[in-house]
Parts: sequence; C-alpha cells; structure tokens
Amino acid sequence: MSEEHTLVVKGLHASVAGKEILKGVTLTLRSGELVAMMGPNGSGKSTLAYALAGHPKYTITAGEALLDGKNLLAMTPDQRARAGLFLGFQYPVEVSGVSLSKFLWTAYSQMHPPDEADSDRFGADLTKHLGYLGLDNSFLKRPLNEGFSGGEKKRTEVLQMATLSPRFAILDEPDSGLDIDAIRSVGETVAKLHNPGMGTMVITHYQRILKFIRPDRVHVMVDGVIALSGGRELAEELEQKGYDWVKVGLAASQASAP
Amino acid sequence: MAQNAAELTPLDYTRYDFKDPESYKVRTHRGISEEIVRQISALKHEPDWMLDYRLRAYRHFLDRPMPDWGPDLSEIDFDAYTYYANPLAEGDTKKRWEDLPSDIRNTFERLGIPKAEREYFAGVGAQYDSGTVYHKIRDDLAKKGVIFTDTDTAVREHPEILRKYFGKIVPYNDNKFSALNSAVWSGGSFVYVPPGVDAGIPLQAYFRINANAVGQFERTLIIADKGAKVHYIEGCTAPVYSENSLHAAVVEVVAEPSAKVRYTTVQNWSKNVYNLVTKRAVAYEDALVEWVDGNMGSRVTMKYPSVYLKGRGARADILSVAFASEGQVIDSGAKAVHSAPDTSSKIISKSIAIRGGRTSYRGLLHVAKGATGVKAAVRCDALLPDAISRSDTYPYNEIHEEDATITHEAVVGKIGEEQIFYLMSRGLKESDAIHLILMGFLAEFAKELPVDYALELNRLIQMEMTGAVG
Repeated sequence: MSEEHTLVVKGLHASVAGKEILKGVTLTLRSGELVAMMGPNGSGKSTLAYALAGHPKYTITAGEALLDGKNLLAMTPDQRARAGLFLGFQYPVEVSGVSLSKFLWTAYSQMHPPDEADSDRFGADLTKHLGYLGLDNSFLKRPLNEGFSGGEKKRTEVLQMATLSPRFAILDEPDSGLDIDAIRSVGETVAKLHNPGMGTMVITHYQRILKFIRPDRVHVMVDGVIALSGGRELAEELEQKGYDWVKVGLAASQASAP
Repeated sequence: MAQNAAELTPLDYTRYDFKDPESYKVRTHRGISEEIVRQISALKHEPDWMLDYRLRAYRHFLDRPMPDWGPDLSEIDFDAYTYYANPLAEGDTKKRWEDLPSDIRNTFERLGIPKAEREYFAGVGAQYDSGTVYHKIRDDLAKKGVIFTDTDTAVREHPEILRKYFGKIVPYNDNKFSALNSAVWSGGSFVYVPPGVDAGIPLQAYFRINANAVGQFERTLIIADKGAKVHYIEGCTAPVYSENSLHAAVVEVVAEPSAKVRYTTVQNWSKNVYNLVTKRAVAYEDALVEWVDGNMGSRVTMKYPSVYLKGRGARADILSVAFASEGQVIDSGAKAVHSAPDTSSKIISKSIAIRGGRTSYRGLLHVAKGATGVKAAVRCDALLPDAISRSDTYPYNEIHEEDATITHEAVVGKIGEEQIFYLMSRGLKESDAIHLILMGFLAEFAKELPVDYALELNRLIQMEMTGAVG
C-alpha cells in the first residue's frame, strides 16, 4: 500500500507586482487523486501553480499551503521540490550546453540520498518513459529545451515528472500549443504515470486533454477563487456552455452571500 | 532568492594555495639589470648569440613604454621581482619524480601531475619558478624522432632546429613583455615533431610558481614539421601571496605545410599574478593551428593567441575562455592574420564575469591584399550573472580583399531569474542551478579538454558557487 500524502491550500492570496491575483484559494489534493483545474485566461490558475512552487515574482499575502502538514510557503523552490512538489511549466526554460540526460540525472540525484540514487534503475526508467512519450534515446543528448519544438518541450516536462516521481505534480497547460496527436501522447502518459502514491493536478483551458487524462474531479477557477467543483462531466458542460456561465453563477452566489 | 552570484563566497583556492619553503640552489637578487641578464645567461653557459639576443631584448625592454591601451598595470614594479630562482642547479632536470627533493615532488603530486602523466600523457615537463625540474618523454615517441625537452636543453642539444625558429615568430621587440621574456627567459618547452609523425597522445607541461614576488618567464617553441601532428597542453597555478608576481611567457608555434598543432592552456594562477603572455603561431599551406585557451586565474591577464596564416588553405581555430571573479581582469582574445589566399579562421570567445570581475575580448582580424577567398568567423559570448561585473568587446577588422567572407557575432547574456527558478523547481539548490548554467555556457570549451582538466574546470566553478544563499 502506498503512503497517503496531502497537499492542503487554505485561503491563499497571492499578488504579482502589487496586483492581487489569488483571492482566497482553498483546496485539498490527496495521493491517488487526479484533478483538472480549469478556468478562463487570467483567472489565476497558473498563479496558483507558480505560487505553490515558490516563484520569486509571486508574493503570498495571506493563507497557507501545507504538504503533509509542512509549511510549503516557508521553503525555497528547491526545498519544495525535494518535499515532493513538481511543477510542469507551460513555457519550459532553455538551458544551453546542458544535455537533457545530464540535467535529468542531476535533478534525480538531488532528490535521492546518495545511497538510493541508482543509475541502473534511473536508466531503465528513463528508457521506459521515453517510450511512453514516443521520444528517441538520442533526444537525451540535446541541450535542455534548446531548439525543442513546443511538443518536445511539453513531453520533456512530463519526462521530468516521471523521472522525479513527485508526491504532487501540478502541470500548467501541458496541452497548450500541441496538435491532436501530441495531446493524446502527453495526456495518456500523464494518466499512465499517475498512481496511488501521487496526486496530480492538470491545469487546462480545454476539455480535450481530459479525455485522455480522465480526472476524478474538476475545479473551475474564476477571478482568483475556485468558483465551482464537480465530477468529470463538469468539463464537458463547460465546453458547451463556456466560462461565462460560471461567472454568472459566481456573481449570483456572491450577491446572495450574507 | 537570486541574491545572485554577487553574494557568493569568494573562490576557494586552497587546493592550490600551498607553498614550499623557499630553498633555492640559485637565486638572483631582486630587480632587473644588465648584470642580472648576463648572470642568467652565464648560469646557463649559453652561446654568445643567445647572450647577445638577451641583451638586445633587455635594451628594448628598457626603451619600450608600458602598454596603455588595456588593463591597469601601474602596480607592476619591475624592481620588486626576482627574475631567476631555481630549486635545483641550472640544467639539473630530473627524469624520475623520485629524484626530486621531497617538497617539490610533493607539490607536483598534490597537483596530480605524475598521476596524469601515467594516465594521459606521452610526455610531461614540470617547471618550478625558473627551473625545469622534471622532463620526460615516452620512449616510443622519442624513437620516432619527437623531441620534447625544456628550451634550455634545446639551446644546447638542438641548436640547428632551435635557431631557425627562435624569436622568428614572436620577435623580442613585439611588445614590452616579449622583450622582457627574451631578456630573462628560463625553461619552457621545446617540441619538434618530424615530418609525417603523429605524436598522438598529448604532451603536457605544468608551470608552478612557488616563491613570493618571483617572475616566471618560460619560453616555449613548438614545431610541427610537414604533415606532423601534435597536441600540447599546459596548466599553471601558484600559491597566494600579498605581493604580486609576474608571469610573462612567450610561446612560438610553427605548423609547416599540412601540419596540425593544438595548443591547450588551462591557466589558474592565484589572484596575485600578472599574466602577460605573447602566444603566436604561423601556419603554412594547408596547416591547422588550434588554440584552446582557458583563463580562470590571475589578477590581470593580457593574452591574445594569434595565428599568422601564411600558406594557401591554412586554417586557424581559436577558442578563448575567460572566467573573471572579484578583483580579476581578464583581457583576452585572438588574432587571425590572413596573408595567403583561401585561408580560414574561426574565433570563439566565451567569457563569464561575476562578483565584480571584468572580462574583455580584444580581437584582430586582418586580411592582407592578395589574400583572396578568405573565410573568417568570430563569435563572442559573454555571460554576466550579476549587475556589478563587466564585459567589453573590442574587435578590430582590417580587411583588404573584398571577397573575404567575414561574420561577427557578439552576445552578452545574463542568468535569468526564470532559468534559476526552473532548475530550482527540479530540486537544485540555487548555487547548483547557477553552476549548471555556467558549466552549460562553457560546455563547448570543456568538451575540448582532457578529462582531468574538464573536472578541474567543473570543480573551479563549483568552488566559486559554494556557500550561495538559499
């Protein structure tokens, strides 16, 4: 039986350059859960991801984030990663001269104590994961994200997630800019890698990738709060009705609040 | 986060910062004079022509003003240095490490030289201040006629080859420091590879300064005869002293037709050394000269490895790397002088200036009248991880043939907050993230180095990064 882990976010407020983006986000993600975070542009989905990962541009003004009861917000980004949090970037960053394999090994060995970092298992897993993503071994020799196509970058993010086997993975728009085949490959791989020891949150605008990921729950963020939560069918409903429908609902509920 | 490289701890040089007691068999008085020049020549029992050469060079040195176009050299006091200090008797070069006095042998053991010799090199020379204390070449290469010895020995044993080239590639009156070297030179490597011979495994020389305020003036001459191939590697370190030291070498390289010479330097002098070196090669028809020149140490470096392309189809490949931290000025670059048709040159300069360090690229590209069909490419990449360091580029182009194909690129980059955050989000500490970015930047250089030197470069940059905040 795998361990049960929790990522608890309570009343999180965050701002960028003095502008408040997150206005009290509360949610809990548990091991084994696979959730989708949807919402219109600018609603704060990515901000939530980056604020949890500790991006220096985001200032937390109120609230808490606890990973297995430990205060994430007091940790540096690398400490958060070592605590088990993974952020899949929407726009992965290029690092020239550093091969993907060297980078993956560096990251992997940071995550494991020296006696647990096993290069044989690392290699075997890597080969398996490359296969999932339809990537060739020669891909590993290329400098990290440099000259990668959009699809290669997104696949590489998933590959990193697979290598680091985090307790919680937040994937920021792993489908943006991808063609249908790439969406399928990324979506299916994310679903395959998801496991009972891991909580996964996929941020997306569209329902398309969710067909492959098959989330247990769907949250909808509007204007810095989670406006609506529901089952997988909520994603389809959103696809038909659009986000305005949620916004109207949100306005109504706020108006009726005491 | 991102307190950035500016707040990282100073370079830990302890690996190299150890000194032996100053016990010298022969040591001249501090300062320079005609008397000192004569004394050095007499110690070496040199032929008259060499003494004359030294004296001419010395007079030129006196007349020549200090270069005023580059880094500040005003703290150099020529009267403060010792120009010759040898722990052994002059000419008493050993062929076995165990024959060296134990402290000197230990020094080179600590620097890993005998081990590297066993593992990687076909020949090794070790110079300790002015004295060549050890020199050896593998028998199989010697049997092929390859000569690898110290230059003093070459004056005695190979005058016919040496005189043909000595001072012909870098004349004593080229600059003030080539004049100084020509007056007081001691040690350095002499390499001759006969026609058609491939020396294969690299030859290595290691230059160690040990004494306080001493000058090291080695003189290196490398000749690859027609169709010959050779790779020569040198490393340099010194203990840290409060007084400055002077390293003014002259290196002359000759690549006869179709020869191939690669000359690799990994310079890691302590930060009290003025490193003012003249390096120049001549490449004849279809020859290739490669300079791989890494400058990590010293207080001030001025060094512009040059290739004079004198035969049709000759090629030059220059990779110059500078890493300047607090208190360091690395003024480096390259020169390619195309005086024959269909010659080509490629210059890549990579520099990192951090914690207030300063790097400059100074380059000359000259295409002479009549040198048609020339191709030349220059690329300068500078990385400035913080706001208090500085990098400048001074390219000079003198192009006298219209059909030359010249490209020039210069890019100054910063280490972005996004890059650091990205790597940290994968569990790398901030210092490790910066280290990875810097090593990536220098990957092009590192892959050209023998494995020990590449590890050394890695360690050096790692040291610069340790103790980072976060």
